[in-house]
Amino acid sequence: MNILLWLFDSLLCLGLIWLAWNTLACPDLFKAIVLFIAFGLLMSLTWVRLEAPDIALAEVAIGAGLTGALLLAALARLRFMTKKSAPKQSEINEPVAKPSLYLQAIILTLTTAGLGLAILSLHPYAPGLSADVSAKLATSGVGNPVTAVLLNFRGYDTLLEMFVLLVALLGVWSLSSEPLQHEAASGPVLDNLSRLLTPVLILVSAYLLWVGANAPGGAFQAGSVLAAAGVLMLLTGWRLPARLLSLPLRLTLVAGPAAFVSIAMFTFLLEKNLLEYPPEYAGVIILFLETMATLSIGITLAALFLGGHPGDKKEPS
Amino acid sequence: MNPEILYALLGVGLFTIGLYTLIIHAHILRKILALNIMGSGVFLVLVALAKRTAESPPDPVPHAMVITGIVVAVSATALALTLMLKLSSLTQQTEIPDDK
Repeated sequence: MNILLWLFDSLLCLGLIWLAWNTLACPDLFKAIVLFIAFGLLMSLTWVRLEAPDIALAEVAIGAGLTGALLLAALARLRFMTKKSAPKQSEINEPVAKPSLYLQAIILTLTTAGLGLAILSLHPYAPGLSADVSAKLATSGVGNPVTAVLLNFRGYDTLLEMFVLLVALLGVWSLSSEPLQHEAASGPVLDNLSRLLTPVLILVSAYLLWVGANAPGGAFQAGSVLAAAGVLMLLTGWRLPARLLSLPLRLTLVAGPAAFVSIAMFTFLLEKNLLEYPPEYAGVIILFLETMATLSIGITLAALFLGGHPGDKKEPS
Repeated sequence: MNPEILYALLGVGLFTIGLYTLIIHAHILRKILALNIMGSGVFLVLVALAKRTAESPPDPVPHAMVITGIVVAVSATALALTLMLKLSSLTQQTEIPDDK
């Protein structure tokens, strides 16, 4: 093995461990979340190193970007909520009683050792299902094997995942209404970046959707970039016009799951097998599903960032 | 040792660090951060083990599972954060108390 590659690997691993430990041990939660975003970026580099560019795109947009934005927004709301009541509650607690701490450390060490031994006992060469995927790739309708697995071979998992997103949004909406927005003074960075980036992000999202058929990309990556555009616009104080809040918003949210369910019913009636596409139409079906999924994912993730049902404002408590 | 085994062990290490923090600390936001780090560790194990294909491209099925996992993790994080905010607004507490 190349000595430079080993150096790169060890630096990457050390960086990941260091960032993870500091994220979790840092007393200031804001700093911890920023370190978590940096951890996500380093994770994205790791995915590229492990020859998983699709995951790298998804991780940097969703794992680092959107999760970081969600955490920062929640921290801001939490601090606003608790500063009126309890004064400066400590955000790191004292460790529990000593014997219990040692017992937990011993159990965790044993768990780690067990998992590590399990990994080391695995065979170094294991092709898994890659041979089966390569054999059937020509008739799947796309050229990218990950897209073929996601949208064709394991399309059922993606159908369920669309519903997971929808259910999470329903949970968030049923728990709280949109918190009162505090209009911060607009600065040059937010003004210019939002004007520059929003159309670029929409274009990039469309590109990722289109190119995902034969190169790294696809519906989830495109949807998350669309969500990033939505988050950027929400940060400037923009809200969806009231007349679009009921039916159009809801239609866009369910477009992804509904498209999957309708294609599933269609193929079930035609071919007697759930989500089995006829090979000559497979590419078109996958593109249709990915487009609907991109719209749904983008709107759902942006709505999750907003944190409450849009339209009704909470009265200041 | 292959580099992929190194990354798989790193994934186990991340999982353990996250699990330790999840147990020890009481602040809910920190627990949510720990859960995310645990998730990243698990994904790292999956993708590292998918690379054990010698010279050919890695196995795409675990890659698809990890992409699904990342999206599910962000939905769960969003719901957990909303639950935390609801809990804080109702009880004025941001920590899960130990039962003594």
